[in-house]
Amino acid sequence: MKRSKRIEALDARPVNLDGYINEWPEMGFIAMSSPYDPKPSVKVEDGRIVELDGKTRDEFDFIDQFIADYAINVDRAAASMAVPSLEIARKIVDIHVSRKEILDLIAGITPAKMTEVLNQLNVVELMMGMQKMRARKVPGNQAHITNLKDDPVQIAADAAEGALRGFSEEETTMGVARYAPLSSMALLIGSQTGRPGVLTQCSAEEATELELGIRGLTTYAETLSVYGTEKVFIDGDDTPYSKAFLNSAYASRGLKVRFSSGSGSEALMGSSEKKSLLYLECRCLYVTKGAGSQGTQNGSVSCIGVTGSVPAGIREVLSENLVAALLGLECASSNDQSFSNSDMRRTARTMLEFLPGTDFIFSGYAAEPNYDNMFAGSNFDAEDFDDYNVLQRDMQVDGGLKPVSEEDVIHVRNKAARAVQAVFRNLNLAPVSDEQVEAVTYAHGSKDTLPRDVTADLAAAEDVLKRGITGVDVVRALAETGFEDIASSVLNMLKQRVAGDYMQTAAILDRDFHVLSGVNTPNDYTGPGTGYRVSGERWEEIKNIPHIIDPQDI
Amino acid sequence: MQISEELIKQITNAVVSQMSQSGRASGPSASGRKAPSMAGKARINEEKTSYKDYPRAAKGTDPKEVVIGVGAAFQKEIQRTIGGIPLDDVLRNVKAGIEEEGMIPRVVKILDTSDVCFMALEAAKLSGSGIGVGIQSKGTTVIHQKDLYPLSNLELFPQAPLMTLETYRQIGQNAAKYVKGEQVVPVPCTNDPMSRPRYQVKAALMHIAETEQLDPEVGAVEWEGR
Repeated sequence: MKRSKRIEALDARPVNLDGYINEWPEMGFIAMSSPYDPKPSVKVEDGRIVELDGKTRDEFDFIDQFIADYAINVDRAAASMAVPSLEIARKIVDIHVSRKEILDLIAGITPAKMTEVLNQLNVVELMMGMQKMRARKVPGNQAHITNLKDDPVQIAADAAEGALRGFSEEETTMGVARYAPLSSMALLIGSQTGRPGVLTQCSAEEATELELGIRGLTTYAETLSVYGTEKVFIDGDDTPYSKAFLNSAYASRGLKVRFSSGSGSEALMGSSEKKSLLYLECRCLYVTKGAGSQGTQNGSVSCIGVTGSVPAGIREVLSENLVAALLGLECASSNDQSFSNSDMRRTARTMLEFLPGTDFIFSGYAAEPNYDNMFAGSNFDAEDFDDYNVLQRDMQVDGGLKPVSEEDVIHVRNKAARAVQAVFRNLNLAPVSDEQVEAVTYAHGSKDTLPRDVTADLAAAEDVLKRGITGVDVVRALAETGFEDIASSVLNMLKQRVAGDYMQTAAILDRDFHVLSGVNTPNDYTGPGTGYRVSGERWEEIKNIPHIIDPQDI
Repeated sequence: MQISEELIKQITNAVVSQMSQSGRASGPSASGRKAPSMAGKARINEEKTSYKDYPRAAKGTDPKEVVIGVGAAFQKEIQRTIGGIPLDDVLRNVKAGIEEEGMIPRVVKILDTSDVCFMALEAAKLSGSGIGVGIQSKGTTVIHQKDLYPLSNLELFPQAPLMTLETYRQIGQNAAKYVKGEQVVPVPCTNDPMSRPRYQVKAALMHIAETEQLDPEVGAVEWEGR
């Protein structure tokens, strides 16, 4: 066939590098509703749910049982289930129905009913719902801080710059898992250098992550993964009960935790039980709620390549974010994984959470170039900072970031790198040269930094665990090497777990370590003129982008 | 059957014929093309391979041994990694890497699980040295040690599309070095932030094709000299 030049040009567009697949319900490749999804139902006897979404108690798998026993308000079940799904959907977008009223109503419905409700809403209505149902009044943002070399000095510098730019939480992970203790320390030090009060976590194997948390080398945890089918849970050697137990382990030490789920994991693992992506994610979120977690990281997350490949996949992603908010959970709404080769498509996808605002619009914005992002790439990266800032300014929307000056960036990066150098020397860990500090200070990514002695680093990482080094040792090392201000901030972060206030839903800390959560600063949106509006000092900050024309220069 | 290009072709053909037979197609799409669909089918490969007659994988006793645990569809239903490397070559290079460091490779096929961490851990537990390598048919690889947590590991290579034969050889070499108790420099990480949008659906399909061949009752079988 003679080819059309127009079609050839279109075929070469980046969007056509993305993977797409048609609906295949038998394998779980279906977004909002599968012909095999159950019909909503509930039956309560003697204060106990004996039937859930078409299954009787003897037919329950452990997810059904967990949800029936812990995630649904039995006293409300009958009344809530009697309200037609369309009516619940309408209440969600009705500005005359308060968030509180919706939360009470939703507390009595089942996962299948929730799926039915969400199917009534188009993306604009889903955004309206999110604007009202988000837990915290002011939206927030979270960064990924990683690099290809697992270089702790670069982690500290990128964490400092990220904190300066406005991220409220920062998450690291490693290419080589054994780096975790050094990565956690560097992230903790760097974050507090950039802006006191930023929360930090290290995504690692669960037992390691818990140990780092207990030792005070991290200040929250996020990677408690739950799944929508029993098979995938079992494959991970887990159950809802073991996750609830792990959640309690963190709580016992006063650490903030959120769970993690997201559609597509069951289909990716080949165990979807023919159910829709949305229905399975609803089950995950009910498990999260039942386990007593204050929040979730969801929105397909690392399986966005699956959910994004099916029709209405991106509508489904926002739907699952909204389900989290409807259940009263803090929602860190993904956007944290590379999703499309098309700049247009990846931006459009993020607008669905950016415009209404979520507790954390990104559960990992790559605050480094994407080639350094060890979560295999985020949807936005360090090279998009200015685009993001301009989007905030264009739409007068608070996306959690702000423009910064080059001087400030260099200053905090250098200070963080020097602080890590000093702490490592003080604790007799792997050496950091002045040349490394210099390179990291001015670097964009790991292509601009010097190689690390990986063997020495890994030996030091092991040493941190063996010697029982804790957050208090980091405080002492900082204080002894002249970084009293950072020492004081790290100490303040450790104190949070004694007070425990930051374990409340959707909590973040301001630079004076005051908690801002869904409890003391709840979202009070009830239509135009209410809720959070960008204004005052914050608006001035957002407006102040670089590269503005000075009329006097003309 | 080979996965990837050929799978896509097969899916397309299956659907086109299904549509013309049943006439259930909702008419031509806007562009006039018929879209591939597997709706209504519950498997990728109708046939399930039986491993009943294969020798069960035994626990090794040689302290120089490194066990390589390959996926259920490896060199059977799936012949190439997601990046297109023939699995014969993958295996040859991992084994060569192990041998170059003076250790002895043994290959088993894991039929209990298609999760690469658990596959690698099972291989490590079968290995006389306690070091094992797990390789999924799509190419994802883990080096594991018998006494670590399942989701912990010595080295993990999550981005299968980026793997080369040289990487597989280095993996063999490093696995052998762990046996010798040397200080090992991990194989440097590679990262392509755009591999998810491009490959994840394909990865899901390959994983389904692997998972549907599992046979936990058989467990693990010797896979060399088969």
